[in-house]
Amino acid sequence: MRRRLFKNLFTAPCTEPVAEGAAALDAAGTQLRGVIARTLGRSLAIREVDAGSCNACELEIHALSNAFYDVERFGIRFVASPRHADLLLVTGPVTHNMREALERTYAATPAPKWVVAVGDCSAGCGVFAHSYACVGAVSKVIPVDLVIRGCPPTPTDLLQGLLGLLNSSTAVGVNSHQS
Amino acid sequence: MLKALFGDLSAAPTHHRWPRFTADSERWRGIGEALREGKLDLLGLWGDVGAVHCVLFEPATRNVVSASIEVIAGKAPSLAVFHAPASRLERAAADLFGIEFVGLPDPRAWIDHGRWPIRTPLAQPQLPGAPVPPYRFLEAQGPSLHQIPVGPVHAGIIEPGHFRFTASGETVVRLEERLGYTHKGIDKLLEGKSTEDAARIAARVSGDSTVAYSFSFARAVEAALEFQPPPRAVWLRAVMAELERIANHLGDIGAICNDAAFSMMHAECGILRELVLRACAVAFGHRLMMDRIVPGGVAADLDAVGREAILRMTRRVQSQFPELIELYDNTASLQDRTVGTGVVSAALAAQFAAPGVVGRASARSFDTRLALPYAPYDAVPIDITVRSEGDVDARIWVRIQEILFSIAWLEAALSSLPGGPVRLPVNTATRASIEGSALVEGFRGDILASVRIGPAGRIERCHLRDPSWFLWPLLEAAIEGNIVADFPLCNKSFNCSYSGHDL
Repeated sequence: MRRRLFKNLFTAPCTEPVAEGAAALDAAGTQLRGVIARTLGRSLAIREVDAGSCNACELEIHALSNAFYDVERFGIRFVASPRHADLLLVTGPVTHNMREALERTYAATPAPKWVVAVGDCSAGCGVFAHSYACVGAVSKVIPVDLVIRGCPPTPTDLLQGLLGLLNSSTAVGVNSHQS
Repeated sequence: MLKALFGDLSAAPTHHRWPRFTADSERWRGIGEALREGKLDLLGLWGDVGAVHCVLFEPATRNVVSASIEVIAGKAPSLAVFHAPASRLERAAADLFGIEFVGLPDPRAWIDHGRWPIRTPLAQPQLPGAPVPPYRFLEAQGPSLHQIPVGPVHAGIIEPGHFRFTASGETVVRLEERLGYTHKGIDKLLEGKSTEDAARIAARVSGDSTVAYSFSFARAVEAALEFQPPPRAVWLRAVMAELERIANHLGDIGAICNDAAFSMMHAECGILRELVLRACAVAFGHRLMMDRIVPGGVAADLDAVGREAILRMTRRVQSQFPELIELYDNTASLQDRTVGTGVVSAALAAQFAAPGVVGRASARSFDTRLALPYAPYDAVPIDITVRSEGDVDARIWVRIQEILFSIAWLEAALSSLPGGPVRLPVNTATRASIEGSALVEGFRGDILASVRIGPAGRIERCHLRDPSWFLWPLLEAAIEGNIVADFPLCNKSFNCSYSGHDL
């Protein structure tokens, strides 16, 4: 292990300054940190809720934490409880069997809070539209501030989407459903 | 055994890939007894309007058959009486079709949580929605036992499901799973769809296995139509399937180590996984290669740039992965957590026909690519590895080996890809109903697809069976007697799909 750590010490980090999409990501991420600092003071704590997704969105949300995207450098981190969260990242076509769990997770999140719906399913059920088992878009169940589309959205899409949300909510001060 | 059971019957002429027989209750009982005696493996069981179907595999002869039994007056005999792995499958079929399985030892609803606007959604006629009785978790009795309910919303970025632990101090006495939260009604959604639209749904049954699902679905449709996909498409499908396997195994190895608080391995594996996904995006235009395999062939050809991207990635994984293997092997604190943890006995693995990595870590020498070889693995076989320890460590080692085997196979395949078209038109307009089935090895295990296409080229019934159906119950067994803190390790080492199971 020491050998590996020592080697890594002298290898360039793979956190992107060079690879494709890096310019957009770096600029986006840096801007995001500024917005979060103004709005929340410190950092953005995200609670991810799978409301019935096929798990592809989860894979790409996971990728945000790998060394290439490294969201933590921008002050974004994923937390284990809605009680610690500023933002819910919700995926899936909201199944009837998950509806109550989603509502209760939202209720457990302290204000100010934001909701970002991730993926085509969360926007309008995607290929699962018109199923007896699905409620529909996330916005049918809880208020949604932003939708990041894609099937699934790429990690870069996700980061840029979060930035969009924070920019617009700073413009209006706080969003409409704070209580 | 299959010969003894079905030798005197003639198979349904409409079903392709392997024979399908219609059994009476006497013969169904014979199936149950053969399953109980371990002479047959159950590969799937699902409901239909007026029928129950199952797929059986005979390890001794490597033969597969489908068997069906008519549902009479809403009733069918239970196989779960003889063979526990059938239990949840029958409970799900009961929820969806309203079939009463006579003798089913566990009659609790499984997928139906009493939340849908209708009940028995696939039956004709459906029943109006109604609440189901509160779920009665199995009891554990003894001094100082306490329960720990977890989920459906978990602490990590994972899918939803409920775990009910009964623990004595730190030791898990019983784990019971409650699943179905991500049930999207996929079986019903597939009804009446064109094969093209249905393929897009099949690709989203479990996102991490999107390639394997599309592969399995396409092969089932092609079997029904007696259609041969072009040779280049056959090879590109396997290239995608191996890329998916490598990416997922890398992610899993890192995630298991992370749950033992060894985050360095997680970070390093995460880098390699990302490299695989990026190569996939260059080669096939989508990081997870969703919708790239379609009935008729593949939707994306591989050009020289894509091929080079894959080869650059495999070279990089080959140069870096051995150091990570050594890191895993030489870190005693990590091994202390994985060795001897979450053991699945060979007997249980055999009984449940444990798919994929879990089976191969518990002495079950089954991999669809070898046991029921399909193109192109029939021409160029892939190596597999089997271990007998059955613990978390063994499941990590099987994954490590499979990454190496897949890379070697990929490199060989890419050096000799046939040319020609990658997609041919499929004519689904048929005169009568036709049926086809397929089994494809995904990263998690074998994925069964069975499809019946009606005269208008529309899906009449399609069932996709995730390997997780046979893995989830084994997880309950694996955690017993381990400490609560080792559950995440065990769980990650299985990495069952919720969405694939809940459908």
